[in-house]
Amino acid sequence: MGLMEILLIIIPSTLLWAAPLIFTGLGGNFSESSGVVNIGLEGLMVIGAFTAIVFNLTFVDVFGSMTPWVALLAAMVVGALLSILHAVASITFRADQVVSGVAINLLAIGAALFLVKFIYGKGQTDIIQKGFSKVDIPFLSDIPVLGKLFFSNTYYTSFVAIAVAFLAWFVMFKTPFGLRLRAVGEHPMAADTMGINVTRMRYIGVLISGALAGIGGGVYAQSISSDFGHATISGQGFMALAALIFGKWHPLGVMGAALFFGFAQSLSIIGSSLPFLENIPNVYLLIAPYVLTILALTGFIGRADAPKASGTPYVKGKR
Amino acid sequence: MSNRMKNIVVPLVAVLLGVLVGTIIMIATGYNAGSAFIALWNGAFGEIYYTGEVVRQVTPYILAGLAVAFAFRTGLFNIGVEGQLIVGWLAAVWVGVAFELPKFIHLPLAVLAAAAAGALWAFIPGLLKAKFKVHEVIVTIMMNYVALHVTNYIIRTVLSEKSDRTEMIADSASLRSPFLEGLTDYSRLHWGILIALACVFLMWFLLEKTSKGYELRSVGFNQHASEYAGMSVSRNIILSMVISGAFAGLAGAMEALGTFGYAAIKGGFTGVGFDGIAVALLGGNGPIGIIFAALLFGSLKVGALNMPLEAGVPNELVDIIIALIVFFVAASYMIRIFIDRISKKGVK
Repeated sequence: MGLMEILLIIIPSTLLWAAPLIFTGLGGNFSESSGVVNIGLEGLMVIGAFTAIVFNLTFVDVFGSMTPWVALLAAMVVGALLSILHAVASITFRADQVVSGVAINLLAIGAALFLVKFIYGKGQTDIIQKGFSKVDIPFLSDIPVLGKLFFSNTYYTSFVAIAVAFLAWFVMFKTPFGLRLRAVGEHPMAADTMGINVTRMRYIGVLISGALAGIGGGVYAQSISSDFGHATISGQGFMALAALIFGKWHPLGVMGAALFFGFAQSLSIIGSSLPFLENIPNVYLLIAPYVLTILALTGFIGRADAPKASGTPYVKGKR
Repeated sequence: MSNRMKNIVVPLVAVLLGVLVGTIIMIATGYNAGSAFIALWNGAFGEIYYTGEVVRQVTPYILAGLAVAFAFRTGLFNIGVEGQLIVGWLAAVWVGVAFELPKFIHLPLAVLAAAAAGALWAFIPGLLKAKFKVHEVIVTIMMNYVALHVTNYIIRTVLSEKSDRTEMIADSASLRSPFLEGLTDYSRLHWGILIALACVFLMWFLLEKTSKGYELRSVGFNQHASEYAGMSVSRNIILSMVISGAFAGLAGAMEALGTFGYAAIKGGFTGVGFDGIAVALLGGNGPIGIIFAALLFGSLKVGALNMPLEAGVPNELVDIIIALIVFFVAASYMIRIFIDRISKKGVK
């Protein structure tokens, strides 16, 4: 098997697995930059995956080939709605943000499975007919070599994810809104003094995280699992959280980390069919994202520092 | 209202709110809430068999709750109880199948191996927190997944020949008890509940009655003051995580040596570790509170299995209720303000 053939397997698969991580990781970035830790990403992805699949199964006759995209919108809305709970608890009621996130995770999986049984009378949904399918992207796939490697046999969603990462970088670092969001996460009292509404910015940060994580779950469900059951999302949200940290709370870093983790995940699945990897136990690839994140936090791979006020509720007038 | 009273009332209100919202959900989805709760009760206490199963489920819940609570009391958030439980489970089974020893050595050895494995798994985040100031929440979450994949790998390659589960542990390492099983109409109730209750006492004694426990709590309250008073902050952080991990490992031993007797490849987490967070929170991180909270969640979980059979209601409803209870306890600021308003009116 030549290098070209190996790359032709690995690159599309990496892009496929990275897309949900990019969306969800970026969501986490908005929330944490505003100063609210969001452990609930996993649960937000669960509810996104559930919504996308149910919407897809129900409305496939209405929207035809556009169904998966409209389903993504639905997943986005429901993800944002669920994240309101996290926002209310952790911002308004000053709950421990980690505990509130844990509650979101427990609630999402419980509610999604309850509703699956309520709607379909069984523990798992049917397989969707119109998921995201592999395409050759017009024009770009005609570029010699590169077109075949990156733009053939791939998914639109991966490129939308990458575009959203650049958009997120622009919003966060090049607009007044982004500056305010980060100010609230670094030093809320200073931001408050300058007339920025801390509570409002944090609500927006958490809502964006819910919306993006919902999309992430929807992408995963409609391009990888194709149905929804108790194990559809198992750890993707926490891996996105890892990507957020490994990417050092920077949208483009998050994108890079997510691509790398997508690469590790796809290798762990297709590795046995590649010549030089077949003898390496795939446990190393499975744990790589998590071990690397711990190392990054420890400072062995450049220091990763969270936004300063991340995790602490802001109480007006408290010194 | 005194603080002590409030610490009892707040969890009760949270439970009531959780059940209330659960009821509303059932009414909204057209299920019969009344028959669902009757089914839930019957599934937990209707027959002695079910009660045995409840106590069986309560056993790891108590230990997981202790693990979370011990870390909480010393200012740490151990969200990695799940991972520590899994490695404890594996270690206990490993000792259980690898040796042939008399029971009075084999059983304690297997139990201690589980505690040691859990302690080791928690030692890493403790060390990183103490030496590099890395937040323990993220590290323990990552360690959960490392535990899941590594134990699966060991089960597949070392403890079996590419099979999905290990062989059964030797009888001499088992916590199973024909006496307790006979008493409860052949449920899987085992001696582990005694270990769990002993650990509750141990935690209380350690934290409240020894100078080491005072140090641990002091570091949790205020690191700077403790350091000024001559305590080693980093050593206490590590010690606290290690003890917390040992409790979590013991919870794994309960599943390994009592309930199942083997370890199997897992597609996802057991959930006991995360439910432990709920137990600790609801129990106010105190020994008595943890026993009651574990009893509540244990009977909810076991009783829920009867809901689809007797009332046609999906058992996930109970997961929703548990999540809501966690949520309401977390947001107890809201409940406390409400109580304050009411009790002030009462005084006037």
